[in-house]
Amino acid sequence: MAEKWTNYKASQKLVNPANKRKLDIIVVGTGLAGASAAASLGAMGFNVEIFCIQDSPRRAHSIAAQGGINAAKNYQNDGDSVERLFRDTVKGGDYRAREANVYRLAEVSGAIIDQCVAQGVPFARDYGGLLENRSFGGAQVSRTFYAKGQTGQQLLLGAYGALSREIARGTVKLYTRREMMDLVVVDGRARGIIVRNLVTGDLERYAAHAVVLATGGYGNLYYLSTNAMNSNGSAAWVCHRKGAAFANPCYVQIHPTCIPVHGDYQSKLTLMSESLRNDGRIWVPKKKEDAEAIRAGKLKATDIPEEDRDYYLERRYPAFGNLVPRDVASRAAKERCDAGYGVGTGYAVYLDFADVIQRLGKEAVEQKYGNLFQMYQKITDENPYETPMMIYPAIHYTMGGLWVDYELQTTIPGLFAAGEANFSDHGANRLGASALMQGLADGYFVLPYTLQNYLADQIYVGKISATSPEFDEAENNVKKRLERLLRISGQSTSHSVDHFHKALGKIMWEYCGMARNTESLTKAKQLVSELEEEFWKSVFIPGTANEFNPELEKACRLEDYFELAQLVIADALHREESCGGHFRTEHQTEDGETLRDDEHFMYVAAWEYQGHGQPETMEREPLNYEYIQIANRNYK
Amino acid sequence: MRFTLHIWRQENARAKGHFEKYDLDNISADCSFLEMLDILNERLINDRIAHPVCFDNDCREGICGMCGLYINGRPHGNDDGITTCQLHMRKFKDGDDIWIEPWRAKAFPVIRDLVVDRSAFDKIIQAGGYISTTTGGVPDANTILVPKHKADMAMDAASCIGCGACVAACKNASAMLFVGAKVSHLALLPQGKVEAADRVKKMVAKMDELGFGSCTNTYACEAECPKLIKRQNISRLNRHWIGSLLGRDRR
Repeated sequence: MAEKWTNYKASQKLVNPANKRKLDIIVVGTGLAGASAAASLGAMGFNVEIFCIQDSPRRAHSIAAQGGINAAKNYQNDGDSVERLFRDTVKGGDYRAREANVYRLAEVSGAIIDQCVAQGVPFARDYGGLLENRSFGGAQVSRTFYAKGQTGQQLLLGAYGALSREIARGTVKLYTRREMMDLVVVDGRARGIIVRNLVTGDLERYAAHAVVLATGGYGNLYYLSTNAMNSNGSAAWVCHRKGAAFANPCYVQIHPTCIPVHGDYQSKLTLMSESLRNDGRIWVPKKKEDAEAIRAGKLKATDIPEEDRDYYLERRYPAFGNLVPRDVASRAAKERCDAGYGVGTGYAVYLDFADVIQRLGKEAVEQKYGNLFQMYQKITDENPYETPMMIYPAIHYTMGGLWVDYELQTTIPGLFAAGEANFSDHGANRLGASALMQGLADGYFVLPYTLQNYLADQIYVGKISATSPEFDEAENNVKKRLERLLRISGQSTSHSVDHFHKALGKIMWEYCGMARNTESLTKAKQLVSELEEEFWKSVFIPGTANEFNPELEKACRLEDYFELAQLVIADALHREESCGGHFRTEHQTEDGETLRDDEHFMYVAAWEYQGHGQPETMEREPLNYEYIQIANRNYK
Repeated sequence: MRFTLHIWRQENARAKGHFEKYDLDNISADCSFLEMLDILNERLINDRIAHPVCFDNDCREGICGMCGLYINGRPHGNDDGITTCQLHMRKFKDGDDIWIEPWRAKAFPVIRDLVVDRSAFDKIIQAGGYISTTTGGVPDANTILVPKHKADMAMDAASCIGCGACVAACKNASAMLFVGAKVSHLALLPQGKVEAADRVKKMVAKMDELGFGSCTNTYACEAECPKLIKRQNISRLNRHWIGSLLGRDRR
């Protein structure tokens, strides 16, 4: 298996330089995966068109990633290797990822750092001018490269620079404020997309020999998440409707360190980087009466003496302490809060920096985490240098996504999925600092090879026309869909799209969130279909389809979320085990850890769409581990 | 809290805009500025009074650069080092009048209400705001040594989020801070030195071509930058630009 990627590259088909110019590729999304893919493919000589919903490719939500990017460079001489990163990632994903994909990810990780440095990404340096590293959850080595608390921003700007260069050279054409509304499939192959111009409302057609989807995850299904407001699952979902299988939708990552919910009007949750767990210590009061007094405002965190604090992660997981993987840390926080030890509103725990400030001084801490501390202070009006931060888990990332093979191709030939939009590398739980690694691995180092392999025989088909009946039909369907949504607005009672989205998010968080069971999931299923019915009766979408109309955009995305929610619930219901981010309360060990069932569930669940309201059918892709010894995931 | 909002409404790029007044009550002090606008929009939709107010926003944590409102005469409102989405209502007084406008600059035409077109910034970057690399074929990351203070300065310049507040704050709608930040970020690093002279010439020429004004030397841009990008980046830009005219790139 260690040679699989080398062998692939040695035997893949190539396209000669003169023919590359005749092949068109559509890339949807300009985050790390999309921008890096488009830049690389453009530089190779292909004809690329790239689309994003924002006003600039630099706004994609990769920009908000804070902590860092993993790579097996072993610059710190602490025993890291490709092998080690591979094993950590498979274990972190609770043995539910595809071995070969993860190995390749670890294998190309080092080249990503080289590439980014060459582009001018200002990674942190030590005094000798060499690159710095820090540690992230689920690892006992320091392999995370970072640029302050803005690593995603710097990596994206690097990819955006490379993309901008290709735009200037004319190999890539950029379309902003465009939303993909449908995938066009001709003779079983992905041949184009229908997009809505968000400024004018016009529907536009684009044809190509292959389509790359790099549109991120569906975390906003839960309404409150760390995702950006416009991040959505619709582009992937329309592909699913057109026949692309959707894998492991129930694997949703809940990030342990987010600023807690504080009001009904709240629109999003802000992440506090995992890197803070390098130095911050998580605790709640040992005594219930102290927790009650804190919640009532009678005591402050700093009033609780050391011996009355319960550093519950250090207590339960001495080996990894505060650096256990995200799913483990999230559940532990929920467990303490449910037991009545929570602070703040009752759904918060402390992340305390007093120790490190004493050890290294305030200035050193400011150097490392300054922008995160400032961000926290602006939101909460509290000074984390003086009082511990309050944090609570929140929806952050979706491991599930479009099913792809080793070449990142979906079940529709010619449709590829990269980055968070696919399912392949993180199993049931993603390790911190691995999303950036995967997005860039897919875009810089995987797609340029596998797409070329696919396109090699496409030189014979000639230019793809956007006037075929398939394009007509797809565009018509989109038109009808928009009309149908706008028609509901004639009713007398009415609510905004956000009203329904919030309600959907609450159902999903409550019954299909950090802990799930048959009862809660059955209830969720019922509640979601009732809510959907209500939506079709009384949502009010102002304006028309022929203008700049954000409410209409939101309505389309929510319409897709209703279906997606049902699939997440169905997948969670069928997976009668606990693994990674998927925690079924019926399946846990005596001390509350996940209890896998490798005998029955050692597979990827790939779902196929059967029409609106119809249960989807499932194909199993068995996970045959040839290399890795499967074990209990133990962080104690 | 209670507020009287005066919001710029403009149906599209060609339409004439005007201020519209809205009264809003029962707003929590912990509410963010954009959440306050969400609440307003929710009411406009429920009561079917008017089309909701359009405003750009995305990450809502101060990093994507999508949001940008001119609030009571200041880009991103009355607080330092933050974007509009990080502004909270506790910064206002109960009963305040709040005037909300889009960025106003020739190079940023209005799309609708408070939404403007900032693609001019992308065009400036496309003119040369990058280091020319192709994927693969680059040296090992640690073979390029970067002195820590240089890396830190480059990082500070690179934290620009491209929101356009500097342009909105400037009487001349100059983009010097934006361009200076990118030129500095790349020129401070050994990797970026090779193309530095050519880069600065092309970016400045593009900036002029797109209708951004000249620097006023009053540094309103620095005062209003949500990422606290320093004016020294403008001096560095000027230095590099003059150097490039003197043919330093050929030496």
